[in-house]
Amino acid sequence: MKTDGIKIIDYKAGNAPSVMHALERLGRKAEFARHPADLDHATHIILPGVGSAKATMASLREMGLLSSLEEAVINRNVFFLGICVGMQILFDYSEEEDTDCLGWLPGRVVRFDAGQVRVPQMGWNQVHFVAPTSYPIKDDYFYFVNSYHAVPDNQANLWGQADYCGLFTAAVRQDNIYGTQFHAEKSGEAGLALLNSILQL
Amino acid sequence: MLTKRLIACFDIINGRVTKAVRFQDNIDVAPAEELAVSMYEAEIDELIFYDVTASAEKRPIDIETVKKVARAVFIPFTVGGGIKDLSSMYEALKAGAEKISVDSMAVRNPQLITDGAKAFGSQCVVLSTQVKRIETMPSGYEVYIDGARLATGMDAIEWIRRGQELGAGEICLNSIDNDGTLSGYDIALMKLAESAVSVPLIASGGAGAPVHLKTLFTETQTQAAIISSMLYSPRMEHNYSVSRLKEYLAENGIAVRPV
Repeated sequence: MKTDGIKIIDYKAGNAPSVMHALERLGRKAEFARHPADLDHATHIILPGVGSAKATMASLREMGLLSSLEEAVINRNVFFLGICVGMQILFDYSEEEDTDCLGWLPGRVVRFDAGQVRVPQMGWNQVHFVAPTSYPIKDDYFYFVNSYHAVPDNQANLWGQADYCGLFTAAVRQDNIYGTQFHAEKSGEAGLALLNSILQL
Repeated sequence: MLTKRLIACFDIINGRVTKAVRFQDNIDVAPAEELAVSMYEAEIDELIFYDVTASAEKRPIDIETVKKVARAVFIPFTVGGGIKDLSSMYEALKAGAEKISVDSMAVRNPQLITDGAKAFGSQCVVLSTQVKRIETMPSGYEVYIDGARLATGMDAIEWIRRGQELGAGEICLNSIDNDGTLSGYDIALMKLAESAVSVPLIASGGAGAPVHLKTLFTETQTQAAIISSMLYSPRMEHNYSVSRLKEYLAENGIAVRPV
């Protein structure tokens, strides 16, 4: 069992405890990261997300984590998983409260059309993984709670899709950077299996 | 596509799940954690916990029970009862709940909805409300609080519309008339609600047979249904398994997360 290196960024509005519980179930020992130095020896960084893109960016900024995150993920190629809003802020910009985001992946985040569907999307939706992977992963149902969804500029970043009155981005990836719009930590055994697979990387 | 959700709702007293009829005569069913795990393993889609006596006893929510359950189940989990301010919301979220349900406290202090939505996002705030058929109300339904004991004079549909404006990300309507009757959901109520708000809706109160779920999901846009008696009430002649219910819904063309 790996006993260190997985860091879950814990900001007040996030659901870091739920992610921690899921990793405990998988027999992985993780620690919360609240300060820049906490990321120094990270092997895996998970950014849970609930709440708004703006609040999430503001939290990371207030905690002084932006530059250490970039140092770890972009310069040292540390594995990164962003969940829900934690995935959305990987892109350049979010329509939600007109928010500039990390810009690690080219693209933007737009709102579902409330004239077409109930917003937020809340519930289990079937995800189709479109990119081949070196690890076991299968199409399954995952739990979503989102009013916004990402539109990547680069189709190669598209990892999974689901349908909510039209296909939308359910998961993205680029090298060491992964993002899931769904809450893998709250998606039952399917979510645990996915986390288990990608945390082996 | 997005599937319809089956939600098991637990009324918790002293860490144990109880079952009431029309908000009274609670009988003991099982320890909360034990029943939560068995529902999780049966592939229920979501759990809701109400600490039913927290509000009346003016004490905070039973955080220890929330923590135990959060460690054992990996599906969304809503907590309500005794949520009176931002700090009690934060405590419940930190303990591992995904969403907070506000009910009587939100009627007394609607700002609670807005504060919660601003701090944690709308998706964290479920406005739950107990409603009763009262013909003299504009919509025909009135909001009741304090375990459905106290009439508020507020129109139910007007209240949920306002709740959405204040920031609620989901609305749960519990029919006081149908609760515990096993006679089916209040379809007319859900139809009124779906045209009044655009956030997801949860129907509660009245489920006693699989056909009640089918009727709800085919005749209304409601996305989620609370089932409790059908799953575990000792008062029922027989209980239904989650897989049996989902198979039945799937056979009837309703999209559910397969078991």
